[in-house]
Amino acid sequence: MQKNESSISFLEKQFQEKINNDIKIEPKDWMPEAYRNNLIRQMSQHAHSEIIGMQPEGNWVLRAPTLRAKKILLAKIQDEAGHGLYLYSATETLGIDRKEMIEQLQQGKAKYSSIFNYPTLNWADIGAVGWLVDGAAIVNQTMLARGSYGPYSRAMLRICKEEGFHQRQGYEIMAKMMAGNASQKEMAQDSLNRWWEPSLMMFGPHDSESTHSEQSMKWKIKVESNDNLRQRFINKTVDQAHHIGLTIPDKNLTYNKETRNWEISPINWEEFWNVVKGNGPCNRQRIAHHTKYHNEGQWVREAALVFAKKEMEIQ
Amino acid sequence: MDNQFSQWEVFIQKKNGAAHEHAGSVHAADKNMALQNARDVYTRRNEGRSIWVVPTDSIVASTIEDEVVFFDPANDKIYRNPNFYKMPKGTTNL
Repeated sequence: MQKNESSISFLEKQFQEKINNDIKIEPKDWMPEAYRNNLIRQMSQHAHSEIIGMQPEGNWVLRAPTLRAKKILLAKIQDEAGHGLYLYSATETLGIDRKEMIEQLQQGKAKYSSIFNYPTLNWADIGAVGWLVDGAAIVNQTMLARGSYGPYSRAMLRICKEEGFHQRQGYEIMAKMMAGNASQKEMAQDSLNRWWEPSLMMFGPHDSESTHSEQSMKWKIKVESNDNLRQRFINKTVDQAHHIGLTIPDKNLTYNKETRNWEISPINWEEFWNVVKGNGPCNRQRIAHHTKYHNEGQWVREAALVFAKKEMEIQ
Repeated sequence: MDNQFSQWEVFIQKKNGAAHEHAGSVHAADKNMALQNARDVYTRRNEGRSIWVVPTDSIVASTIEDEVVFFDPANDKIYRNPNFYKMPKGTTNL
């Protein structure tokens, strides 16, 4: 027993040294159980976010204003599905089954990004989602690409490359509406008003309140703090908003010349936790929708297996 | 009776954090021999830091004859590229 414990502590020490030297951890390498579990939690949540994130956008496929817009929206949603699949596969390298992850999502045991519990009410929301939600995701994922787990970091590189189009198509929608008539401008501004704060919340609680942060930083599962990433996103986004004539919905927004940061009002964390706990505008709808179509697809999966079996028999 | 063993495909990770890339194949009687043979055949000059071997039978490949038809779905979707979108002049960080 004693020997076993000391060999574990030796392995843990060796593991931490690898992390400190920026050596990526690969699936077959030894890793502490808590590192494995922490990654499974974060990566599966990330995968679920990509998948659930298709729903608010799917809401506008049949109502897109032009064929061009519809094709772009479909391509974006298809990318989100792809990103979900990269991430589920990367998570599976840690020894969890995809079936189990989907059950955790549907039973509410695994979370996904709270931003997808808000509804997309008008066409400008498709612009705001691409510009703000994907913009925030890019800031976060560029950081995660530098993380310590090889398969996760490689999935992030691939995703970041593809996200560039998502953010630009979103900003293009916003810019077009801001170059339009008064009611189009109003629609774009209304959309920013609703999505601004939820997109800031995407980076998670303040560092001082974040339960997983310290250990995740030590293991380089994340390599920058929530507040740093949030500030970087704010600085980029405020300038982009002003550039096309949008107003950031925050009366206290001020530019600090010394730090070169845009400073904002305190974030409404009560709302954040309320949505995390399941009480956002669309939480129930999102999971019910996922479960319904998952179950309705059951016969397709069964048919595919029967077909594969028959093919084997013919050979 | 002669036996040349079965064939295995070799994937090598060249650098820390990189994806494993296909290098070639080896013959071996079992997975351990496959790994050792792969090491001796493909990394005699320290070309890698990690090796995967996969039974050749397990590889499923598309054929180059089908290339045009197989990849056709991506051909008319230029809007999947960021440069398809025109940003207003002077936009930063996009």
